[in-house]
Amino acid sequence: MKTGTLILSVAARMLVPLQVLFSIFLLLRGHNEPGGGFIAGLVVAGAFALHQFVYGPAATRRLLRVDPRDCIGFGLVLGVVSALPAWLAGEAFMTAQWWPVLNTPLIFDVGVYLVVLGSVLTAVITLTEVDKDDY
Amino acid sequence: MEPLIAIVIGAIYASAIYMMLRRSIVKLVIGLILISNAANLLIFTTAGLTRGSPPLIPMDGSALPEVVADPLPQALVLTAIVIAFGVLSFSVVLIRRATEIMQVDDMDQMKENAK
Amino acid sequence: MLIAVLAGFVLAMFAPVLTRWLGHRVGWVMALYPAAVMIWLAGQVPQVMQGGGLYFEQAWAPSLGLSLSFWLDGLSLMFGLLISGIGTLILLYASGYMKGDPRVGRFYAIMLCFMSSMLGVVMADGLMSLFVFWELTSITSYLLIGFDHEDEKARKSALQGLLVTFSGGLALMSGLIMLNLVTGSWSLREIIGGEVSLRDNALYLPILLCLLGGAFTKSAQFPFHFWLPNAMAAPTPVSAFLHSATMVKAGIYLMARISPEFSGTSAWTLILCVFGAVTMLTGAFLALRFSGIKKVLAYSTIMALGTLTMLLGIGSEAALIAFVAFLFAHSLYKGALFMVAGSLDHETGTKDIDAMGGLFRKMPVTALSALVAALSLGGIIPLFGFVAKELLFEAVLATSQLTTFLLAMTLVSSILVVAAAGIVALRPFFGALKETPKTPHEAPVTMLAGPFILAGLSLILGFLPPLVGQPILAPAARAVMGGELTMSLYLWHGINTALIMSMVSLLLGLVICWQWRRVRGLIARLNPLLDRGPESGYWRLMDGLVRFSEWQTRVLQNGHMRNYLLMTLTVFVGLTGYALLVRHSLSLNLALDMRIHEIVVAAVTAASAVAACLMRSRLAAVAASGVMGFGIALLFLLFSAPDLAITQLLIETLTVILLILVLFRMPRFADLSTAGERIRDAIVALLTGALMSLLVLTMYDVNLFPSISEYMVDNSVDLAHGHNIVNVILVDFRALDTLGEIFVLALAATGVFAMLKLQTREKKAR
Repeated sequence: MKTGTLILSVAARMLVPLQVLFSIFLLLRGHNEPGGGFIAGLVVAGAFALHQFVYGPAATRRLLRVDPRDCIGFGLVLGVVSALPAWLAGEAFMTAQWWPVLNTPLIFDVGVYLVVLGSVLTAVITLTEVDKDDY
Repeated sequence: MEPLIAIVIGAIYASAIYMMLRRSIVKLVIGLILISNAANLLIFTTAGLTRGSPPLIPMDGSALPEVVADPLPQALVLTAIVIAFGVLSFSVVLIRRATEIMQVDDMDQMKENAK
Repeated sequence: MLIAVLAGFVLAMFAPVLTRWLGHRVGWVMALYPAAVMIWLAGQVPQVMQGGGLYFEQAWAPSLGLSLSFWLDGLSLMFGLLISGIGTLILLYASGYMKGDPRVGRFYAIMLCFMSSMLGVVMADGLMSLFVFWELTSITSYLLIGFDHEDEKARKSALQGLLVTFSGGLALMSGLIMLNLVTGSWSLREIIGGEVSLRDNALYLPILLCLLGGAFTKSAQFPFHFWLPNAMAAPTPVSAFLHSATMVKAGIYLMARISPEFSGTSAWTLILCVFGAVTMLTGAFLALRFSGIKKVLAYSTIMALGTLTMLLGIGSEAALIAFVAFLFAHSLYKGALFMVAGSLDHETGTKDIDAMGGLFRKMPVTALSALVAALSLGGIIPLFGFVAKELLFEAVLATSQLTTFLLAMTLVSSILVVAAAGIVALRPFFGALKETPKTPHEAPVTMLAGPFILAGLSLILGFLPPLVGQPILAPAARAVMGGELTMSLYLWHGINTALIMSMVSLLLGLVICWQWRRVRGLIARLNPLLDRGPESGYWRLMDGLVRFSEWQTRVLQNGHMRNYLLMTLTVFVGLTGYALLVRHSLSLNLALDMRIHEIVVAAVTAASAVAACLMRSRLAAVAASGVMGFGIALLFLLFSAPDLAITQLLIETLTVILLILVLFRMPRFADLSTAGERIRDAIVALLTGALMSLLVLTMYDVNLFPSISEYMVDNSVDLAHGHNIVNVILVDFRALDTLGEIFVLALAATGVFAMLKLQTREKKAR
């Protein structure tokens, strides 16, 4: 199913990958420059929201491959998991641990990213789907 | 600058509360949007306003400027904005369900019908 | 020590699982816990005899001076031994009693929790730990009394017990906090051995009253006695445990515990003696009124509790020795009698004494145990109960104040108790055999062991009181006394006034027992008066509460959100505005340092907010609120918050999407209010807005706390390796908060999903 103008549909198709990339960039640089999990999650959610406006929720679900609700769950798990290493290291719960390449604040931020992405998309996609059913 | 922002906050609060006091449940939605924005702005302003000095520590190791914006309210407000959206979407859907089931958008009638 | 107390809670967690594996035999495993505790406690006896004790401390909230600490001295040891010893027997007994009941797992789980809480109460040293364990016993006993939760009467009784003991618990807490304020210590050990003399303190009486409030409700003292007989709705093993050695003794324990610091004043003596004596008589008298075997026992427990309170009130050396002896004796025989009552109920199917008779031949061992225990209850030679009773009479005879009153009360009570003992021990077992709902036969071994052992102990200790005298009772009495005392227990005191009193009470008691039915008829004439007792007050209070909450729900919570809002806002504006105007001189710093573009942005933001509520169409209102959102984003950007600006922009976009999806499927704006309402609302809104503005302005002048941001700014790079301080706060310094926030977000999204999808499925199902 396709709605909207040609310009919008082409723009949506081009913008989604760009915005996903941009969101990952925002996520990774968030610790040092403006950005971070919340913002990056919103950017990518916006991208998919645009996509589903143009191509409909079913197409967006196909593009996403995972159910956005699973994103929420996975994000929450990451958030909790990032708290555990400190415990194992014998420090106070949730103390940040730094290893080469990876660190717990980053894991946590990825968790935030996934929850924001999942929550917004769950709401938007479900709403659209219900409307399609109703009308 | 703060006195001006204070007046802005007051204006948004007043509009929000006026909308929340209406009987039409749809107007309540607008009221909710306004009041969460007012609260965000309020928290943001509490630590004072600073121009052009974001709480970013320069990467080249040079020292921060003397005056830097307070990062704490910013962190609080950042999550608050996102959560306000989450709660808004929840309440909007709830209100939609309520109007669908009750077939009215007058809160007084809703209460009557619920009896 | 920590293990001894907490192991029960851990074991309780596994009780249901173990039950699934072991069936009713799980009782044997469960009984290992109190048995182990008892053996451990017995091992501490020599040390405590020397005047030593155990102390254990674990820091809890050091900044508040709170720690989890336990303390074992003579008094705790005696209570601990009773709890664990009788607990072992009860758990074994329960494995027979509860056989075949599918709820065995739950039963043992709660029972173990209760046992651990009770051990916690008697061993706690920290005032707060004492309180926590105290309340835990209330909660677990609530679950135990209401074990038959499908029975409305059981539920009501459980709730009654809970409410009465909880209200006392509140008093206890205030008392404990005051105690801390006066002494500056959270440790019982320090307070009791401490320098600060409480008796001269101005807060002495309030503290005493509060603590006694807790103790009286827990220990069912008059006028709070009514919950105890009602608690008989519990399964019998529970009653046997709760009302012989534990629950109700917690209040007695508390009074004994604080006695070294508090006793001796006229307030203490008067309150405890009078309430104790009245409770004693009430219990003994009401015991004869009922024919349910558990009710009779329950009221005789009240009598015993009253006696104990009275002895503490007298507070002399003799009285305290009588106190510990009586307490010990009571736990033994009352535990045994309750278990006997349970066996009778279990084997005959009735609790009514009138319906039983001639069971001696059918259930010889049970009958024997009952007889011995009842002799002890009646205080008849040569049982341990007799030793205790002699001490009681001697202590009362030796008082200097209120002697006649106390003596009369004691004598009458003991007459009545002899009668009660006779009723319980003689009537079911002798006389003609009666038809009962079940064909009676001897109870299984597990159910015989408990009463038999406890009754046997009563007998042995009657002949050889020193067996427990020196090792257990003397240290306990010393702890209550707060000093040295000499203690020697004999069975035979020679012929003296006390013995004569015993004889008199025995004779008269037997006469009453003989004529029980007539006596009951006489008491029944008093029913109208008795029905107006404290219990009816309780019910009236409950009804009043319900009526009051109905009234206030009708008036205050009428379901109109508008009214709630209006009321809240009016109060807020009134109080805060008053405080703001009166307490703070409005020294507003109006030095305006503005730039022209900022003024424009601010003006647009405010104007679009106002516009949003004046617009008559939904689209215009949404557009106006969108403009306001973008204005706020610009303000964020202008004032050094790039992260916020980005977030606000993105959310604004998503909000518009959301509103398009939802709002435009809903009815159009309608004008429903009258002009008057609109003006009223506008005034309230304007006032609130103005107040908020004033608050923000005042806020800049007031600085109550130093900002914690500096720490974060200084440490962001060094500790958290991040240059964006806002993000560092979110994911590192305050990550736990953020975790909570993403949970909220996830919940909201799940809620949206559930509301929408369930609706669709309903429709499809149709």
